Amino acid sequence: MTQLDIQTDVLVIGGGMAAAWAAIGAARHGAAVTLVDKGFVGTSGVTATAGPGHWWVPPDPKLREAAIDKRDQTSFGLADRAWMERVLEVTWRTLPELQGHYAFSVDGAGQTYYPGVRGPEYMRALRKFAQSSGVVILDHHPALELLLHPDGSAAGAAGYARLTRSDWRVRAGAVVMATGGSAFRSGLIGSHNNTGDGHLMAGEAGAHLSGMEFSTIYTLSPAWCSTRTLPYPAARFFDAEGAELDIPPPMADKAHHQALAKAMLAGPVFADLREAPEALKPILRRIQPATVAPFERKGVNLFEDRFQVKLFGEGTIRGTGGLRVIDEDCQTTVPGLYAAGDAATRELVVGASSGGGSPNSAWALTSGQAAGAGAARLAKTRGRRTLDTCAPAGRAGLRPARGAASVDERGAIAAVQAEMLAYDKAFWRRGETLQASLLRLNDAWRELADHRRAEGLERVGARETAGLLATARWATEAALARVESRGLHQRADAPGLSPQGGRRLLVGGLEEIWTRYEEAAPEALVEAAA
Amino acid sequence: MIAHIFEDLCNGCDACVSACPTHVFDLSPTGGAPVIARPDQCQTCFMCELYCPADAIYVGADQTRPEPFDPEAIRASGVLGQMRRDHLWDAPAGDLEPLKEYWRLGPFLGEGAQIAAARYKRQHPQGDPPSALP
Ligand SMILES: Cc1cc2nc3c(=O)[nH]c(=O)nc-3n(C[C@H](O)[C@H](O)[C@H](O)COP(=O)(O)OP(=O)(O)OC[C@H]3O[C@@H](n4cnc5c(N)ncnc54)[C@H](O)[C@@H]3O)c2cc1C
Ligand code: SF4
Ligand code: SF4
Repeated sequence: MTQLDIQTDVLVIGGGMAAAWAAIGAARHGAAVTLVDKGFVGTSGVTATAGPGHWWVPPDPKLREAAIDKRDQTSFGLADRAWMERVLEVTWRTLPELQGHYAFSVDGAGQTYYPGVRGPEYMRALRKFAQSSGVVILDHHPALELLLHPDGSAAGAAGYARLTRSDWRVRAGAVVMATGGSAFRSGLIGSHNNTGDGHLMAGEAGAHLSGMEFSTIYTLSPAWCSTRTLPYPAARFFDAEGAELDIPPPMADKAHHQALAKAMLAGPVFADLREAPEALKPILRRIQPATVAPFERKGVNLFEDRFQVKLFGEGTIRGTGGLRVIDEDCQTTVPGLYAAGDAATRELVVGASSGGGSPNSAWALTSGQAAGAGAARLAKTRGRRTLDTCAPAGRAGLRPARGAASVDERGAIAAVQAEMLAYDKAFWRRGETLQASLLRLNDAWRELADHRRAEGLERVGARETAGLLATARWATEAALARVESRGLHQRADAPGLSPQGGRRLLVGGLEEIWTRYEEAAPEALVEAAA
Repeated sequence: MIAHIFEDLCNGCDACVSACPTHVFDLSPTGGAPVIARPDQCQTCFMCELYCPADAIYVGADQTRPEPFDPEAIRASGVLGQMRRDHLWDAPAGDLEPLKEYWRLGPFLGEGAQIAAARYKRQHPQGDPPSALP
């Protein structure tokens, strides 16, 4: 039964920093905004458990150019300098507006320190900022599916209010998808809700994705609990016999993680943090309280005892792929549907390399502001169109293609984890293993799409399973189609860059997945637009 | 993983029910402490502890499985409320104390990476190539 049936100018789906900045951006442009989050705006999403350091360069043309040059080099030809410039500028101008809600501290030189913010305080501040801008926040209101007009454009969304156990439906003039990335249920800190629901919902509406092959990235943590990484960069590593492992330093990037992965495939790996910066040891708790707790509560002395470590997959979160955006408002290929943050591709800023470590959050802020403003403008121009008919677009998990029957969802999630997170499959991709992964993922998808008809609260989990499968399949198809090694995407059977590879790879479709390279290389596109 | 709600400490405010991002808790059917209804959805983020005004919740360290624990030993250890205290979560708005050291995160990450790089260089004076290729 639909118990909440409302209309608004702009509907924002998601509850992390991108969703909050999008809602604030739309409200700033005069729109009535409703935001629905699966969890609680303040604690849900990877923003809340992270401490995003935003890409932060003062508006000095020389400094900006140098920062952009540096990023451009690691983008392997897939980024867009105009977008980088915009992200730097919007972040620089906008983040300080949080003053009043967030207590920015003072750095060693006595300057107000803006770029790095602590997750729980940042999201608490964004919640207040959004509310004081007039945004209506509906926590624990996961979206299950998009509503589409007959012309294919976004008309709103429908979902389930899980605390009150009732359906909801919101009609809107424009929709912003800010549902985060997909971590393939790796256990990565803060990522339980990040199951690719937004990719799925948009995909069902015909949206294109881009960069999904750049989804093999991992973060180091104690084996029993994913944490943030502040104490670990100076770690030495040992095997079970106590022999020191030869691991290139974190600065070696890919080689660092590949060496750790190789060692972990051979047996348990232990970290020793005694050489961590001395000055950090007494104040880690002041900086990252939540990093200390899993050690203390386990009785492990973080800076003295050796402890087992693991690599937690980050999927598309600190990978780069997501919904393709086709204009400066971050509109997707579905009219009226905008994408922001990790739900969108971040290739525009980081190309084939990871956006972790500062571009990602600057992108989440900027794309949020852009999508919010664009959505508000569209809603003002076209109106809410609530007299037009619309239909729900959700399929897998909600409306089975064949007869309803019981489906092994746990088995489906286990398949996603096995195919997407295994170190050997991710770090040394090969055509044959990718093919084998696809067979397994496609079988699980077929079963779910053909037979699962979830009811009530179970729909939330069923759609998460569908989102995990959809993003895993797109990532694997894209990895198969890109027959070369570029940035995060490393093919053991195709080392090195291919001359044809300097273009973005698009993927889409759910029943039949398609891939194709973007027609022109990114630089040519920019020239054509200019 | 979520371990326990101390019912004698809980004031029934239900803040944890809304604050938990992954819907682990249900409201109590009888109006008392919330029920840990879906522990398998717990992501060990400690947010419920942060938002609990009565320091009545304990989250265990292991995210992969529930661990055996003794509620009275936990109570006696003084760990209850640690998240709130360590974050200085209830400091008045505008107080700079809670995030005073936060700017040092970046420099410390850099220093750690430098330490590892210098050590690797010492161990590989000839600049041996990294040993992690397939
Ligand atoms: C440990 C860690 C450290 C990081 N550090 C940095 C850093 O220092 N610098 C940097 O730039 N980046 C960093 N990142 C990346 C950065 O945190 C992210 O890019 C950014 O937070 C993304 O914000 P987001 O709003 O897109 O996603 P999220 O914060 O993940 O939010 C996604 C939201 O969508 C909601 N949602 C999901 N499905 C649905 C649904 N069906 N209906 C409604 N809502 C839904 C979720 O509940 C959640 O609230 C880090 C990431 C991690 C994991
Ligand atoms: S630790 Fe996090 S996920 Fe687990 S119950 Fe508490 S708030 Fe919920
Ligand atoms: S937040 Fe704490 S006091 Fe409030 S209901 Fe939950 S356990 Fe009880």
